[in-house]
Amino acid sequence: MVEELRLPLIGGRVEAGFPSPADDFIERSLDLNEQLVANPIATFFMRASGHSMDGAGIHDGDLLIVDRSITPSHGSIVIAVIDGGLTVKRLRKRGMRVSLIPEPNTLDQGAYVPIEVGEETDATIWGVVTWSIHNIQCTR
Amino acid sequence: MYALADCNNFYASCERIFEPHLEGKPLVVLSNNDGCVIARSQESKDLGFKVGDPIFKCKDVVRKHNVIVRSSNFALYGDMSRRVMQTIRLFSPDVEVYSIDEAFIKLDGLAGRNCEKVMRQMRAAILQWTGIPVSVGIGHTKTLAKLANHYAKKHIETGGVASIPKNPDAMLQCTQVEDIWGIGRQWSKKLRNIGVNTALDLASMDKESIRRSFNIIAMKTAMELRGHTYFRLEQAPEQRKTLLRSRSFGKPVESWHELSEALASHATRASEKLRNENLVAKMLHVFFHTSLFNRTDPRNSAHATVELIPPTNVTHTIIKAALNAAKPIWKGGFRYKRAGVQLIDLSSGPVQCSLFDSPEEQAKDKRMMVLLDGVNSSMGAGTLHFAATGFTKVMQMKQLQRSPRYTTHWDELPECLCGL
Repeated sequence: MVEELRLPLIGGRVEAGFPSPADDFIERSLDLNEQLVANPIATFFMRASGHSMDGAGIHDGDLLIVDRSITPSHGSIVIAVIDGGLTVKRLRKRGMRVSLIPEPNTLDQGAYVPIEVGEETDATIWGVVTWSIHNIQCTR
Repeated sequence: MYALADCNNFYASCERIFEPHLEGKPLVVLSNNDGCVIARSQESKDLGFKVGDPIFKCKDVVRKHNVIVRSSNFALYGDMSRRVMQTIRLFSPDVEVYSIDEAFIKLDGLAGRNCEKVMRQMRAAILQWTGIPVSVGIGHTKTLAKLANHYAKKHIETGGVASIPKNPDAMLQCTQVEDIWGIGRQWSKKLRNIGVNTALDLASMDKESIRRSFNIIAMKTAMELRGHTYFRLEQAPEQRKTLLRSRSFGKPVESWHELSEALASHATRASEKLRNENLVAKMLHVFFHTSLFNRTDPRNSAHATVELIPPTNVTHTIIKAALNAAKPIWKGGFRYKRAGVQLIDLSSGPVQCSLFDSPEEQAKDKRMMVLLDGVNSSMGAGTLHFAATGFTKVMQMKQLQRSPRYTTHWDELPECLCGL
């Protein structure tokens, strides 16, 4: 996790003669980490692969920000460990019933099935996805 | 009160974070160049793997039990270690990072029961935030904290956290002398010979007689077992006295050309480290030798020490000294397996100019090093390097089974599946 903040160089060199009128107003430039990473110690980056979460705004190749310090709740998008692999799902809790729901585009619904967590399927929550960063520039 | 937090099977645990399918499987991590076992999961410990086992001698066990074999991934271990240590610091400001996977913690202002409660919270936070399981031992001294830690590791019912009880005798009784912090193999043997088998035995020994038959450290250790503090938290790391850079070759080296490039690379990395820590070296030691395992090839081992006048941390001066020292002791006709450069007698004092060197030269060298370090730190290690380190790949580590550097390289991020 990048922790250092890039500070703007204080300009207005003395030799130039004219001190910059902005010198007294210099502020730190914005650091995306502040916005996207609440707890750097517990935050990990991952790469999404596949289309089962397109409906939730997570597309193939997107960069995911995952915070392990957040307690998952009903409706969280989570990284779940299913059969030893990392997967992205939406968590649904109804009473005692816990399920992991894929969220594809409306057209693809039916191609993916929700997973009921219980005796038959052992699943653990690895972390909570807080942001998905989608590159809108290039088409993959 | 002190606590010792120690990550369980740290390297193996790191390998499992992004590859949960490795959970429950025997796994070993190899040294640089995939030579020997340096870390094991519990499952591979149970199979009898020992630290230092050359992996080529374990082929059968590996195949028979489907042991997962990994090259070391220090980028990953280092990053995970940093996260663990940072989490620990949230619970106490007084932390001594003792090794990549261990830290002593000073717990002031917390009564016995509270210490344990807070350490359980810390353990849970580390596990949730980083995925690394740790064990914590709590005691009045560092030696007792270490002992309680050992107990926590051995007894699952502690939930990974154990304190030295009010009456510590039973816990001391079940700790063997070999497992006491600071008591090495030699001393253990000697202690057992005189009937001292457990920590309780050592704690009950007469203070003066320990000092006479062993030394002051052993005496302090015994006193610490009785709850008297002798070893305090060392937060500022002691200044290093020597700096070693060595590595075994991926494949044996037979030419002076290749060997000199290896030595120049070691000299380069050692100099960088020196500058990084604002130190200069007074002496330099070079060595290279043939394989310790191969009994059929002819053997050779060579080493030489030279003085650096004036003491320096300038890369090209150190490369030149290393090569000048190595050239006269080089002999062809051998298959060299390992080479290294050691810088000795390090100090942080200002470089004294001798009569014969010019301050201008030194200032120029210094400017050059600042430039070199600047470029290499912003554009990647090794971007600018001396031609003596060469362009061939002998120095590249043989790391055939390294996992991705999941947390430090954008193009090696863990992939999570949006499927099924």
